[in-house]
Amino acid sequence: MSNAAPARFNRHGVWAIYRFEMARALRTLVQSLVTPVITTSLYFVVFGAAIGSRLTTASGISYGAFIVPGLIMLALFTESLSNASFGIYFPKFTGTIYELLSAPVSYVEIVIAYVGAAASKSIGLGLIILATAALFVPIKILHPGWMIAFLVMTASTFSLFGFIIGIWAKGFEQLQFIPMLIITPLTFLGGAFYSIDMLPPAWRAFSLFNPIVYLISGFRWSFYGTADVSVAISLSMTIGFFAILLSLVAWIFKTGYRLKS
Amino acid sequence: MTKSYASGFQALKLVNLDINKGEIFALLGPNGAGKTTLINIICGIVTMSSGSVIADGHDIVRNYRAARSMIGLVPQELSTDAFETVWATVSFSRGLFGRAPNSNFIEGLLRDLSLLDKRNSRIMTLSGGMKRRVMIAKALSHEPQILFLDEPTAGVDVELRRDMWNLVRGLREKGVTIILTTHYIEEAEEMADRIGVINKGTLMLVEDKKELMKQLGKKQLTLHLQTPLTQIPGELAPFNLELKNGGADLVHTVESASSVDISAMLQRLSDLSIVIKDLQTHQSSLEDIFVKLVSERT
Repeated sequence: MSNAAPARFNRHGVWAIYRFEMARALRTLVQSLVTPVITTSLYFVVFGAAIGSRLTTASGISYGAFIVPGLIMLALFTESLSNASFGIYFPKFTGTIYELLSAPVSYVEIVIAYVGAAASKSIGLGLIILATAALFVPIKILHPGWMIAFLVMTASTFSLFGFIIGIWAKGFEQLQFIPMLIITPLTFLGGAFYSIDMLPPAWRAFSLFNPIVYLISGFRWSFYGTADVSVAISLSMTIGFFAILLSLVAWIFKTGYRLKS
Repeated sequence: MTKSYASGFQALKLVNLDINKGEIFALLGPNGAGKTTLINIICGIVTMSSGSVIADGHDIVRNYRAARSMIGLVPQELSTDAFETVWATVSFSRGLFGRAPNSNFIEGLLRDLSLLDKRNSRIMTLSGGMKRRVMIAKALSHEPQILFLDEPTAGVDVELRRDMWNLVRGLREKGVTIILTTHYIEEAEEMADRIGVINKGTLMLVEDKKELMKQLGKKQLTLHLQTPLTQIPGELAPFNLELKNGGADLVHTVESASSVDISAMLQRLSDLSIVIKDLQTHQSSLEDIFVKLVSERT
């Protein structure tokens, strides 16, 4: 039996987890990709074609094109949360978490692997939705570099959030609790389908407490150059949210919260 | 080490244990004794309350990478990724433990465990025994030098149990240190070099198996008499005999330290015209010793 010294960074371990998670997505291709694409197409049919034709936006962009960044973000939030939370929750549920806990992988490596895989899947999905949307409406991307940056940052942030939910959840219903009851409503109220400038002043002020507004606004700015709030604030909010989640995950691993007894 | 849970339950009360390199160490104890807790702490699954564990010179907390790289664990529960193939799950484990892919090694491992023809089968399609083999393959995939087997043969058939014993012996010949917990005391008796007995979180003894059996084991010679006796004749007093079964059986117990001349005893019986119809011998097994130990000390 071998006695090789372990590497400082367990790249084989990270790759093993990443590949495992990506293989899981391929096994459930319909759930992972086809379902969100169909759902997005339906949004276009309902909001873009049926209702959108009767609406105009403040920025002069067609309503169908206006909602594309919001739809991508909506999919990105829900898929990042669901992929990452399920990825870590399922080993807890089946008991195979023992292997992860007994392996020579650091907490940072575990997070990189799980969050990286979940974010990769969401980004891929976001790009597929973008391509699907391009079939329905003309799309222009004024700041493609920032668009990718917002896409990657948001996918990573929500994957990290999902990872934390997966560790916290004690059952499948808890796994769905935050995405369904908090994130989806906040997304709908966060300017995914409208500009918050269209709201009465009181509601507009109230909307600024919704962190999702900043994420969607920044992402939409990368497409059309118009934003509900300052891009710098959007960027700061995204980075700030990511930092808070990183601190939380560091605490989880330090204390072994809901991972180790 | 010690381990107490938030509820106040003390799973391990100050356990001190040295395991020798290259030996097979069997940890025996009733359900809830602390065997699995002990193993899970060493493997990093459970956090100890106090103490330290050194695996081949590496502290399992401070230098966890080095320590865990050399440890393999076959847990008690059959926890597997049901949708994965045998090949994929064993390759995953190898990667997880930091080893570069090596298809030749994995192939050889699966062959040794009679799993090669199942390499492309999903785990959910395998029998319980086959799943247990997969668990072992996963634990050995990164070529560990220390292997923990937490009740490896629970619920497996006789053939697989024998296969596993052979596998364990083969691993020991390659220098792997093996720590196993088992409810099958014959397993420990068959394979272990040393035995540890744990009960209610306390390590009650650690002893060389042969020495343990010599010290605590006893032999009994039961003589079935042609004619029952009402009492033991005074001439037989030096031979540590007792009457049982309504006087029909004369039982001689050989405690490990004592030495009695059996032929002299039989000669004395013959002289007294006590006719022996049949005889039976019994040597206490590790199980008897274990039960005696646990019941005496609780």
